[in-house]
Amino acid sequence: MENKLFSPGERIAIGASGGKDSTVLAYVMSTLNRRHNYGLDLFLLSIDEGITGYRDDSLETVKRNQIQYGLPLKVLSYKELYGWTMDDIVKMIGLKNNCTFCGVFRRQALDRGAAMLKVDKVVTGHNADDIAETVLLNILRGDIARLSRCTYITTGEDGPIPRCKPFKYTYEKEIVMYAYFKKLDYFSTECIYSPNAYRGFAREFIKDLERIRPRAILDIIKSGEDFRISTTTKMPEQGTCERCGYISSQKWCKACLLLEGLNRGLPKLGIGRTKGPHNCGHEDTNLGSGTNSIESKQCGSLDF
Amino acid sequence: MQLTLEFGGGLELLCDSVKVHDVKVDGGDEKKMSMKNLLHWVRTNLIKERPEMFMKGDTVRPGILVLVNDCDWELSGQLETVLEDKDVIVFISTLHGG
Repeated sequence: MENKLFSPGERIAIGASGGKDSTVLAYVMSTLNRRHNYGLDLFLLSIDEGITGYRDDSLETVKRNQIQYGLPLKVLSYKELYGWTMDDIVKMIGLKNNCTFCGVFRRQALDRGAAMLKVDKVVTGHNADDIAETVLLNILRGDIARLSRCTYITTGEDGPIPRCKPFKYTYEKEIVMYAYFKKLDYFSTECIYSPNAYRGFAREFIKDLERIRPRAILDIIKSGEDFRISTTTKMPEQGTCERCGYISSQKWCKACLLLEGLNRGLPKLGIGRTKGPHNCGHEDTNLGSGTNSIESKQCGSLDF
Repeated sequence: MQLTLEFGGGLELLCDSVKVHDVKVDGGDEKKMSMKNLLHWVRTNLIKERPEMFMKGDTVRPGILVLVNDCDWELSGQLETVLEDKDVIVFISTLHGG
């Protein structure tokens, strides 16, 4: 954990979904903080997507964790932030692309929640398997900008609230074993709205590789880290959304675009390569494609 | 042979949402019970739905952890692990939301 991730006195929000990774993260962070006097002010931050029968149950787990680990909890819902729950969205758009909405909204919701808590950093429970999976997906999508970012242990250091992934090199297997032996209370149900196809294949592929050669996971991360992009490659520039001020490479950020589509009854807006009416000449930026945000896994393997 | 089987991480959903099963498994008189036999037995007798979520080929699906008496079966020989009376075998899926 000594990758200069934290310094004493910092306020840290732990993105908590109630799943194994974030539960282990919350447990380890609060234990180490106490045992080694890190001097960190820890908070649990949960996002309620409004998925009946899934998130409501997992939030119960987070609420128990709040008591077990003595960490203050903040829950922020899509409903209050965007006026839509995932249940509403799925009712409108069906089960295709719904994970795009969920992923984009969650990423932004976490940042907003972090701003409300006035924290210095957000930590998430992404583990080595997740990162390897993401490296592969970004290669498969040709998403060079994200490929170069996705292996950083800390991202957004130039932004208001950096995020970091302390479990970047921790195998999923280790996390599950830890949770099992510590008898941690976590929630393990697949999201009911997740078809999980594309990422699912990458996930399965990684698990197959791991069985043959466990190192493969760390090697993929290493490949991602050492990947060098030719200086002639045009990278999308990061600006801010004209509407809400969130970071965006387009005129409007993805969340605003998706939201506009929902509110105008044109849910296809912002999905896939169709750019919507606010395209201002960034023809070939990969960020415009309707793939999920890199920081947010598909709901199927969701953890913020 | 008396065994305790435990399913976690969502695998319990494949066997009527029951996590812990105390079972009597007959491995034949002379033949010793191996994990290979047990997996076959579990698939036939306990898994009620979507067996492909549990098995792939003749072993568990990659991403499912197997513990024999709290020891990772990768250390005890995986499918060749020989079971004894009153052993506790735990299956935990890691393939779900984090």
